[in-house]
Amino acid sequence: MQWDIVIGLEIHVQLATKTKIFSGSSTAYGAEPNTQANAVDLAMPGTLPVPNEQAFRYAVMFGLAVNAEIERRSVFERKNYFYPDLPKGYQTTQLERPIVGPGYVDIDLANGETKRVRIHHAHLEEDAGKSLHEDFHGMTGIDLNRAGTPLIEVVTEPDMTNADEAVAFAKKLHGIVTSLGICDGDMSQGSMRFDVNISLKPKGSDTLGTRTETKNLNSFRFMEQAIAHEVERQMDILEDGGAIVQETRLYNGDRDESRSMRTKEEANDYRYFPCPDLLPVEIDDAFIDEAHNSLPELPDARKVRFKEQYGLNDYDAGLLAGDSQLAAFFEAAADRGKDAKLASNWVQGEFSARLNAEEKPVADSPISGEQLGDLVVRIADNTISSAGAKKVFEALWTGENDSVDAIIDAKGLKQVSDTGELEKMVDEVLASMPDQVAQYQQESDPKKQKKMLGGFMGPLMKASKGQGNPKLFNEILVKKLGG
Amino acid sequence: MTISRTDIEKVAVLARIRVDEEQVSALEKDLGNILDLVDQLSAADTDSVAPMAHPLDAVQRLRADEVTENNEREAFQAIAPATENGLYLVPRVIE
Repeated sequence: MQWDIVIGLEIHVQLATKTKIFSGSSTAYGAEPNTQANAVDLAMPGTLPVPNEQAFRYAVMFGLAVNAEIERRSVFERKNYFYPDLPKGYQTTQLERPIVGPGYVDIDLANGETKRVRIHHAHLEEDAGKSLHEDFHGMTGIDLNRAGTPLIEVVTEPDMTNADEAVAFAKKLHGIVTSLGICDGDMSQGSMRFDVNISLKPKGSDTLGTRTETKNLNSFRFMEQAIAHEVERQMDILEDGGAIVQETRLYNGDRDESRSMRTKEEANDYRYFPCPDLLPVEIDDAFIDEAHNSLPELPDARKVRFKEQYGLNDYDAGLLAGDSQLAAFFEAAADRGKDAKLASNWVQGEFSARLNAEEKPVADSPISGEQLGDLVVRIADNTISSAGAKKVFEALWTGENDSVDAIIDAKGLKQVSDTGELEKMVDEVLASMPDQVAQYQQESDPKKQKKMLGGFMGPLMKASKGQGNPKLFNEILVKKLGG
Repeated sequence: MTISRTDIEKVAVLARIRVDEEQVSALEKDLGNILDLVDQLSAADTDSVAPMAHPLDAVQRLRADEVTENNEREAFQAIAPATENGLYLVPRVIE
């Protein structure tokens, strides 16, 4: 049987405020356990929450960036459940009147088309603490530093139909919140966490199937794997004539397996009600205008600019503009390097590959965009070959030296581009390889001839100690052999 | 309005309150009375009243994003039943 896949996402975005949503405790990451958990965060009797204005400003900025209506009067509700990392016994969140109403984000698909993913709403809420399940004499350790960190939870409509679209949306959203500066985007620290709702229905059917929710995916790769895993699991059950149970599942990326998380039906009875500790929050036009005026350039606008300003194609522009840090790095490299296409290739190639291999964000790159720009200059003016450029890149990355020109000198990577000198080498090599020269000249297929040129390059590079300009060698060879 | 034994048992589980068998009958009566009161309130004509989220007709004051709290872990943990390495310890929870 053929199935349609229906995917909706819920994304928790930690806001980059200095303090918590309802208290003046710091939200800095990595502090000693419970040193940033104070009376309000611990739910001590008699404490009252006071909302953080900056969290509202960030939520409004997000709403404006995703073309959404801003709710002028938003209300907080209590979502009741018991878990030791939630000292109050309820999470303060928004249900009936979320701050951000319906909006949308357009994503680029692999086939070059654009798809609109609708956002149902986004609401403000507080994060929970962390449970450490390592064994403390048979007990669980609780760190409440994270408790009360402001989040926006973004809820999409079930508009995505495969893992690629879901990942494209997730990356787009990541680009938007990091460009806005409302989230640091560091997924390894849990700054963005994805819940994926998946259901299957017979191809073409209008009726949605029963969905499951896979929670807390903290990387794009795990998200992709978890979707593939869950689609397969549901397909197996349905094709065996079984029924999907509506449930929350946890995915283990290291083992590529998932398990049911909550089975007790009462676990989902949250008994929401308006929080009596908090009055409705009213936001006026001036507040929204101010947020609007503070909006920085967003990925869509940046993509258009990259195409115009740097002459990049749609794909390259979209990729580089999608991430604000990568975009800034590229711009620095392109402006210094004076060759945007070459800079784009290096940023997306060697540079990104190296970051991925070391699992580093752009911010932690040991080299700057300007340094890569210097390298681009030397590739573009033929001072070094692409093989030489890789050696320079390596030396920059490992911190051997921070000057491109100094590395080129120290390693003797300067290409010989003096035509007279190169011609002399070609003459010598051709004289030493008469058989191959004859073979080349007897060959009538230009394609095969082109291949045979490679046979001369090895000896030429050897003769020039690797410093001959391969492009010039090639031109001279064709000229001399062809004549 | 009446409340059933199963409702009481369910609410007790949700609230993590242990209710003994012999308490249920008394609770049935007490909670039933409370629900009767709510029924009386429901009878009031509210067609012309906008739903409200809070009894006070006021707007929430917001706070500037500035750190105002210091580390008082020691004081808070002094009253905790069990701590270790700065963590609060609780009976083991399995997700």
